[in-house]
Amino acid sequence: MNSTIALFLAQDGIINGAIYALVGVTLVLVFAVTRIIFVPQGELIAWAALTVAALEAGAVPGTAYLLVVLGAAAAALELAREWRELTARYLLAMLATDLALPIGLLLAVIQLAPLKLGFTFNVIATLALLVPMGSLIYRIAFQPLAEATVLVLLIAAIGVHFALVGLGLVFFGAEGVRTTPLLSGTFPLGPLVVKWQSVSVLVVTLLVLGGLYVFFERTMMGKALRATAVNRLGARLVGVPVRATGRIAFTLAATIGAVSGILIGSLTTIYYDSGFLIGLKGFVGAILAGLGSYPLTALAAVFVGLLESYSAFFASAFKEVIVFSIIIPVLLWRSLTSGTHHDEDEEV
Amino acid sequence: MSDAILKVSNLSVAYGRVEAVRGVSLSIPHGNIVTVIGANGAGKTTLMNAIMGVLPSVGEVALDGKPMGRSLVEARVNNGLCLVPEKRELFSTMSVEDNLRLGAYRFGSSAVPGGLRDVFARFPRLEERRKQEAGTLSGGERQMLAMGRALMSRPRLLMLDEPSLGLAPLIVKEIFHIVTDLRKAGVSILLVEQNARAALQVADYAYVMELGEFTMSGPAAELAADKRVIESYLGLGGGRH
Repeated sequence: MNSTIALFLAQDGIINGAIYALVGVTLVLVFAVTRIIFVPQGELIAWAALTVAALEAGAVPGTAYLLVVLGAAAAALELAREWRELTARYLLAMLATDLALPIGLLLAVIQLAPLKLGFTFNVIATLALLVPMGSLIYRIAFQPLAEATVLVLLIAAIGVHFALVGLGLVFFGAEGVRTTPLLSGTFPLGPLVVKWQSVSVLVVTLLVLGGLYVFFERTMMGKALRATAVNRLGARLVGVPVRATGRIAFTLAATIGAVSGILIGSLTTIYYDSGFLIGLKGFVGAILAGLGSYPLTALAAVFVGLLESYSAFFASAFKEVIVFSIIIPVLLWRSLTSGTHHDEDEEV
Repeated sequence: MSDAILKVSNLSVAYGRVEAVRGVSLSIPHGNIVTVIGANGAGKTTLMNAIMGVLPSVGEVALDGKPMGRSLVEARVNNGLCLVPEKRELFSTMSVEDNLRLGAYRFGSSAVPGGLRDVFARFPRLEERRKQEAGTLSGGERQMLAMGRALMSRPRLLMLDEPSLGLAPLIVKEIFHIVTDLRKAGVSILLVEQNARAALQVADYAYVMELGEFTMSGPAAELAADKRVIESYLGLGGGRH
């Protein structure tokens, strides 16, 4: 391997690592607020990429129909579970967000998609279709389990993952897609040829991470989410509606998922079930950083990306094995060193 | 009956089949300090949690004459009710200032600067520690932070659960001084205490709670002079405590 190849692999690794960083940070966020390990984040990413691809082809994306299905399911389940508690105002709001909005979006997409309005429209439409799914998925699958243990929530998350992969196959079919990048072309940087597309991925990732930082450090809502993660009862006592915090965390997850999907669609071919591996690599990053710190998670995810890229060069058949194996020494080290921490936690 | 800010009628709370609070009624006049005294396990904390909506209960809790039904904790906070719980329930990994900011959640960020000024004027120690993590504070400072956080929500009725528990005498004195100060500022207060002597000194009216029921009630000064209260709770004469 000469230095040009090494640099080329590094570029590849960093770009993939940036996507994994977005996934990892999302997993940390959702876990901190709701204690859910959100396995299906990858599906949202794949769906976003598939949606962009459908819109580029001038077709109505499956997500437009899926959103109507999810909205109707969420409304029906909530009615069945809590019809005694619901007020007229809440019912009206539910009708608007769960039924009117998805149907309105579907009709708009059916009208506009064949016109092929271009990149900006595709991005806006994809965000509009994907972002509401976050809180819908939370309300259908997780809200009734809000008080359950981490293990039960994980089992539910895996169930949701399988359900979403199945729905993806039904609504998108088995074909793989690749979308056109935001920026094409290259520029030379020393011995390296850098793709503008790589630059755009990095810039968008940094913007999302920066936005998250500002949200959690500077806004009342962001602090309320952190407070809910630290002390649920304390958060309730200052008037934070803790039921809403789960929905907000999932809405953020869906937003970041949609952005990641729009980015990754132009980097690699995406199938209805490609999300799982992407999600899993983000998860490895999050675990390496202890499922707690945002900046460490982002760094670890970039490391995962680099490791993947170099192992693809040296031992391409074992690429995935190498990436997933690094989790083992980390888990071993953590279980050896964190035994004492548990005792301390219980004393407090 | 709009002269009472809070009226509790025939309230019962059960943990499974065990009734921790049985048919309790109490009323808190505007701007008064009402205290509930009683031994450990009498049901005082349970009563507070039920009024706040943290625990489900049977019976009626009315704020300003309006029954609150089964409304959620956040709705009660928005109506001016605020509980400082026995365990403080602070956000331990967040800064003192962030804890206080979150106290003003119901008003949003715009209420933060004014609220912080008021709280820091009352608790100068918190201003010194504003960048420190809440988990690193001493017991007395934690209680100050819990009270400060509650004051950020500008409560009309402040409920204090064992504010003196585990604190050094000097700090207890400071806390009770602040309680009377708040009353002068027009805040109504429901105070639950094992430290009956201090509670009866600051309160206008008092209830005695035993095994989930109110067994005695009256103006605080009268109860402080009552022979049975002295024997059981003030530790004079009988020397049981």
